[in-house]
Amino acid sequence: MSGTAAQVSRVSGPLVEVTGLTGIAMSQIVQVGEHRLPGEVVAINGGTATVQAYEYTGGVAPGDEAVSLGEQLSGRLGPHLLGAVFDGLLRPLAGAPAWLDPAASSLPSSGQDLAWAFTPSAREGDHLGPGAALGAVSAPGGVRYLVLVPPDASGQVRRLRPAGQVTGQDVIAVVGGTQVPLVSSWPVRQRRPVARRLGPDAPLQTGQRVIDVLFPVTRGGTSAVPGGFGTGKTVLLQQITKWCDADVIVYVGCGERGNELAEMLTELAGLTDPRTGGRLAGRTVIIANTSNMPMMAREASIYSAAAVAEHFRDMGLHVVVVADSTSRWAEALREFSSRNGEMPAEEGYPASLASALAAFYERAGRFTTLGGQEGSITIIGAVSPAGGDMTEPVTSYTQRFVRSLWTLDRDLAYARHYPAVSWAGSFARDAGLIAGWHARNGDPGWAARRASLTALLAEADRAGELAELMGASALPPRQRIAILAGRLVREGVLQQSALSQADAYCDQARAAALADAVLAVSGRCLELAGLGVPADQLEDHDFSPLLRAKEDAPSAGRVREIADAVLAELREKPITAPGQREPGHD
Amino acid sequence: MTETAGGGWARPEFTAVEQLRGPLLIARGVKGVGWDEFASIRLGAGELRHGLVLEVNGDLAVIQVLEGTAGMDPNDTSIEFAGSPLRIAVGPQWLGRVCSGRGEPRDGGPPVTGELTMPVAGFPVNPALRLPPAEPVLTGISVIDELTTLVRGQKLPIFSVAGLPHLELAGQIAAQASAQGEPFSVVFAAMGLTHADAAVIRAILEERSAAGDLVLFINLADDPVIERILTPRLALTVAEHLAFTLGRHALVVMADMTSYCEALREVSMARGELPARRAYPGYLYSDLASLYERCGRIEGLPGSLTMVPALTMPSGDITHPVPDLTGYITEGQLVLSADLHARGIYPPVDALSSLSRLMRHGAGPGRTRDDHLDVAAQTLAALAAARRARELSELIGSAALGDSDRRAIRFEQAFETTLMNQGPAESRTLAETLRLAWQVLGVLPRRDLTMISASAVDRYYP
Repeated sequence: MSGTAAQVSRVSGPLVEVTGLTGIAMSQIVQVGEHRLPGEVVAINGGTATVQAYEYTGGVAPGDEAVSLGEQLSGRLGPHLLGAVFDGLLRPLAGAPAWLDPAASSLPSSGQDLAWAFTPSAREGDHLGPGAALGAVSAPGGVRYLVLVPPDASGQVRRLRPAGQVTGQDVIAVVGGTQVPLVSSWPVRQRRPVARRLGPDAPLQTGQRVIDVLFPVTRGGTSAVPGGFGTGKTVLLQQITKWCDADVIVYVGCGERGNELAEMLTELAGLTDPRTGGRLAGRTVIIANTSNMPMMAREASIYSAAAVAEHFRDMGLHVVVVADSTSRWAEALREFSSRNGEMPAEEGYPASLASALAAFYERAGRFTTLGGQEGSITIIGAVSPAGGDMTEPVTSYTQRFVRSLWTLDRDLAYARHYPAVSWAGSFARDAGLIAGWHARNGDPGWAARRASLTALLAEADRAGELAELMGASALPPRQRIAILAGRLVREGVLQQSALSQADAYCDQARAAALADAVLAVSGRCLELAGLGVPADQLEDHDFSPLLRAKEDAPSAGRVREIADAVLAELREKPITAPGQREPGHD
Repeated sequence: MTETAGGGWARPEFTAVEQLRGPLLIARGVKGVGWDEFASIRLGAGELRHGLVLEVNGDLAVIQVLEGTAGMDPNDTSIEFAGSPLRIAVGPQWLGRVCSGRGEPRDGGPPVTGELTMPVAGFPVNPALRLPPAEPVLTGISVIDELTTLVRGQKLPIFSVAGLPHLELAGQIAAQASAQGEPFSVVFAAMGLTHADAAVIRAILEERSAAGDLVLFINLADDPVIERILTPRLALTVAEHLAFTLGRHALVVMADMTSYCEALREVSMARGELPARRAYPGYLYSDLASLYERCGRIEGLPGSLTMVPALTMPSGDITHPVPDLTGYITEGQLVLSADLHARGIYPPVDALSSLSRLMRHGAGPGRTRDDHLDVAAQTLAALAAARRARELSELIGSAALGDSDRRAIRFEQAFETTLMNQGPAESRTLAETLRLAWQVLGVLPRRDLTMISASAVDRYYP
């Protein structure tokens, strides 16, 4: 701990300059002012350290005391994370007061008083290396929570707690002279070590058809979701948070709406995990730094989320980090660099923005852990382009670093086409690899299905543009059928209501069946048009059973029955009566 | 909310003014002055002005002068610091008052004072203790109540362009809104309004103000620009206390947010900060969030705070930073249409572009009426069909339209004239609004009402 002589010399919002600190290093935590507000050293110049404060600095004055804690920004990692809500510095919000006044109260410290049932799996006398499992605690939501030998310890297990209740203050074991506590501290900006990085392998099943069928992401992959306001970004991310097949979800609400967060917390508490039967909330860690909370804690929250994800990955779990929104994080970077007098690059953002974004997304991946297990971290980041401008820096940089891109389109959203993922503006770089995985796992038609859907949508878009110019009736039959088929794909496959009981989550088999059904019907329509059936008769056919199958058919088998019925109608009766009713749009 | 003891500070006066530039005053030789502290500035002639500390660096303090620096003489100015960020008195004594944008009486009454004070910057609400909004605020305006129901704890802005009656609409909402008989208060923060506009607002709100349900803060267009930065914060601090301590449902109406943002830009420019989009400061999003996010409902506390900010989109551009960043924070928007206004429809709300994201939580069974959400969905679907039909008729001529397209266009006309069109002082009950909504739906044949349950159609179809 260094000197009492250190004092504040300058305050400008979250930027605090401190003189007289001795033995201070970059990234260390310094407390400033009478309320000892925490901040992080971001620059040292001679005897002056620049501190980025994580709380509102109102009232902090030159001459106020500053104290160095001699440690880096750290978060407490333990089983208390699951099912709970934290601020950007991983301090629990559940026991905190209704208004977060940095001067009035310090937030309660993490996970001290909770208790869990511990079952040892190692034995005293065992020789264990870093990352080896010592035992497990029963965690909510059915998560397989392991207590591991820390990365920097190894050797003989000297003491190991017997089976029974443990609390956040307990030491679980002594390994090679190092105490292993249940809840440990980790500097969040540092990656937790792994044995090896592995290539991508299996897809992350999100339960959202447009993603699983057209633009999948791998476990350990990265994806970005750019979309202007009102395009349904947060709803899509919340759907993935609820339904994707990861073991643990880390949701970081970074500069977003408080009411939305409250709504998600309420919904998660009421939902059951279809895979484990536990509460969905029990597998979720929520880091909440709403837009009105201190801006610099927003900057830290992203790293806190990454550290939490790595903590669970080390247990051999598949983790998904959902960050909403990375643009607000980038704004925090801009705000601070501007106050710090750095030269601005594009739109005032610091020149380091691109590398900071890249480094964040690189914390994703599939790994062999120190303990020899396979674990992964998938990062999904929302991007909020200012004015919907996809060329702005955060959007354009992010596109370069992610494996998948789900661009949300305002026109689709206005037409109530949700999720409004644009098929023209999105990509999935690992689609070929995922096709291989599907082929090995019982769905050899995955790649062909994806290619057909993509081609159909592109052809429908081209034909649609022509139709706008010259009217649909002037188009040749093939193009009119393309427009029809495009509508069937959009309404029968891609649209998926987050509010629907039956369809908010769609498993892979049902998604494939729905896509196959629409492709078969579209193909038949094209055949019939080729045989001379007038296009308007096909257009007027009642396809509503097919379009409603996503709601009405609970299984892949039932989808196929509906498709067969529609195909039979098309085959058996030569269509004569122009449709009595418009095909349903819902 | 937390109370800390004010005072207890020695308050020396400082007189060394180093620099005056735009709205900024830089004082030298200050000691013990904290960031964001409130300052009183006395001019030689005895005039009192006010300021906020934007930066302290050694013995220099940068102060933003709310009333501007015009007429200030650096050699004849003294500054006294309050020892803490600005706090104001809160309590029911504000109700019925009309004040300036800085909270000084504009109604001839005594200054508003009180024992209990709160910091105007507020504190962030603990997101883990927020309750999702769930009950409606009824405005008595049919198009809003039917299609974009306002929900307690929601923030729903009005996006307008110059020349449209957004102020009248904001005023009408402030004058009529209610929470189904529960205690209700309105705080209206007017920023940068012309004298003519302010007179209109005062007239609209007179009755509610006289009834002691309303506080009005008015910053006029020729009032000090920088004062506008304070106005919404005063309004919200007063409203938070009315809501979460006194247990009322508080509605804060703020107009015009574009004027507020311009004041923020002016200070930012004067400080030489790096500009972001359209020269607005990079922290505009966070600054707006620090206002908009003060609404909501809180676990274990009574009351709610609902917000309706109104803003004009410069040149009607929805991608301009002010509407864009507002849209990213708020929960939906009411968009006004120049086309409807030109046709004499009031309020000219573009129903298809407008959205209340929280409506499904605040309307429908147990909230308003069982058929409400379905009626709204069916109406919007029919309006969307009408828009497509109108676009088609422009291409191919109305003679070539089919029956269903003609019906859709007739539906839209009935909707605009019967349901949307309403007197600027006319308040309709929800029952009346839904009766009109069904009357309009009567233009469509029963079989087209596929989104509404058969029992509701049997009961209400005219």
